Amino acid sequence: MTALPDRDGRFGRFGGRFVPETLMAPLLELERAYRAARRDPTWRRRFAELLADYAGRPTPLYFARRLTEHCGGARIYLKREDLCHTGAHKINNVLGQALLAGRMKKRRVIAETGAGQHGVATATAAALLGLECEVYMGAEDIERQALNVFRMRLLGARVIPVDAGSRTLKDAINEALRDWVTNVRTTYYLLGSALGPHPYPMMVRDFHAVIGRETRRQARTALGRLPDVLVACVGGGSNAIGLFHPFLGDRRVRIIGVEPGGEGIATGRHGASMTAGRVGVLHGCMSYVLQNDDGQIATAHSISAGLDYPGVGPEHAYYRDGGRFEFVSITDEEALEGFRALTRLEGIMPALESAHAVAHAMRLAKTLARSRAIVIGLSGRGDKDVHVVAKALA
Amino acid sequence: MAPAATSRLATVFAELRRRGERALVAYLTAGDPSLADTRRLVRAAAARGADIVELGVPFSDPIADGPVIQRAAMRALARGTSVARVLETVATLRAETAVPLVLLTYYNPVLAFGLKAFAQTAADAGVDGVIVADLPPEEADPFAAEAEAAGLDLVHLVAPTSTPPRVRLIARRSRGFIYVVSLTGVTGERRESPRDLAAQIRTLRRLTTKPVCVGFGIANPDQVAAVGRLADGVIVGSAIVRLIEERAESPTLVQDVGDFIAALKEPLRVRL
Repeated sequence: MTALPDRDGRFGRFGGRFVPETLMAPLLELERAYRAARRDPTWRRRFAELLADYAGRPTPLYFARRLTEHCGGARIYLKREDLCHTGAHKINNVLGQALLAGRMKKRRVIAETGAGQHGVATATAAALLGLECEVYMGAEDIERQALNVFRMRLLGARVIPVDAGSRTLKDAINEALRDWVTNVRTTYYLLGSALGPHPYPMMVRDFHAVIGRETRRQARTALGRLPDVLVACVGGGSNAIGLFHPFLGDRRVRIIGVEPGGEGIATGRHGASMTAGRVGVLHGCMSYVLQNDDGQIATAHSISAGLDYPGVGPEHAYYRDGGRFEFVSITDEEALEGFRALTRLEGIMPALESAHAVAHAMRLAKTLARSRAIVIGLSGRGDKDVHVVAKALA
Repeated sequence: MAPAATSRLATVFAELRRRGERALVAYLTAGDPSLADTRRLVRAAAARGADIVELGVPFSDPIADGPVIQRAAMRALARGTSVARVLETVATLRAETAVPLVLLTYYNPVLAFGLKAFAQTAADAGVDGVIVADLPPEEADPFAAEAEAAGLDLVHLVAPTSTPPRVRLIARRSRGFIYVVSLTGVTGERRESPRDLAAQIRTLRRLTTKPVCVGFGIANPDQVAAVGRLADGVIVGSAIVRLIEERAESPTLVQDVGDFIAALKEPLRVRL
């Protein structure tokens, strides 16, 4: 297996650097800085220490006994990223990039956020490392995720509402990119998903790959072998690529990404780029994109703000085309059922993003033998979504 | 078809050089307030002093644009402006004016139309050049090949952050002219004048004889005059688009935009 991305930042035809010229030299500089940091043992040790002592790694691989019994099929395990500091996997990538920002002598970091988890994680790392932090967030998401907005402010970050377009994650990324184009000499753009121009998809994947590496080790202990299936939700795809990537070479491990089916693919109100998108360029990379015939980007829809995005990371697109990754979609309603089941049966409230993976894994478990084992990437906890769930179940 | 399309830009710069003038490049977002208005505005711009007209093909997520041009793109899209309809408008305009027309857009609408189809349809319609804001030279080969085959100039941009090897690459690849982005930022009016512009242009002059046009942040005749002392052409966008936004409902829209363009061109007529 050759190492991807290639030197142009491509995963086959996907990826690349489709950005205004102003950002090209900074992206090349970022890539050099990242590669140098990765070779630096002192920097690597610092990152590993923060993951262990600050983020709380390794996170457990938990056998969900009652959920398994309820489904009556394959054994279901949860990779508990919800137990990470700040409540989601996002902190892995944020600590890596914030350390890199410090190494590059950038004192100001900017970030985009959808559900607010990446914004909270970035504000957290900025507080920890003494960096100035501004977070772009769609005005609609600010309403949906008021608690996370308050958390970011408490942590000392400035939250900048984005009123353009669909007022969600896509528009927050547009605005963060515009800020970066303007302030590129002093500012580090701390992108939160495995998308955007090279080197972001590679870097974000590498920082999250700890999820999959731990899972391999823990599965060997718990099962004496690797799991049969991995299931994770995919918006941009950062938690999923982190879980999946270390298993790429294990051909017997099935890998399934779960996209937000919103109100149903047929309604057009969803965020399932793999299922209903076409190859295009959004936010600096080539991938599958929800768009109309004229190449205008569509508005995504999902009950979970973190999956409410019309594109998907380029590496996912590559492995989908190659048949290594499968993609399915789960509707808002099904995700809510997943949320309820995990909450009631295990006392674990998943983020609505992760609830998509739970819902699909439950469906799949019923069709598999009891000897099989499924690992769900439980990317985040659901406290932030309680009011959304309350409204939906009312 | 193809050679004529390429030469319109070259002819204009050669003619201006002969007269000791610099080019005024006027930017309009196609379809704002309507495509019929775009036609009238392009004709007026050409008549009142624009040497080249840049037509923005609206895109839903214009990351290189500031609020003024973002709003114009949203208005144009809301009115049903599409790539195909912009190209039809250009074809109609071609019969009405000889002014060189350059499309400015983003890569996704071009990809969705099809690289070959876009290049050929645009060239057939009478488009002279294309600028794709998020297509740096490293990613441009597939589209550059189609543009060249169709006789369409693919214009590349140089930014203040471009390193010397990148400036060389862009100077070599750019066709028609070289678009110098005057500042690190998105499109939009600025009060201050760009710094380090003279050095950037001197670097380019050593590398190439291709015409150099400067854009981003240039909003009034004084700024045009200052930049016009350095470059072969000055690009004004947001200030014109803002005027169109303000006067969209006014019966004097075309007249007012024409007056503004005449005022912008004035300092560029002075022999240096």
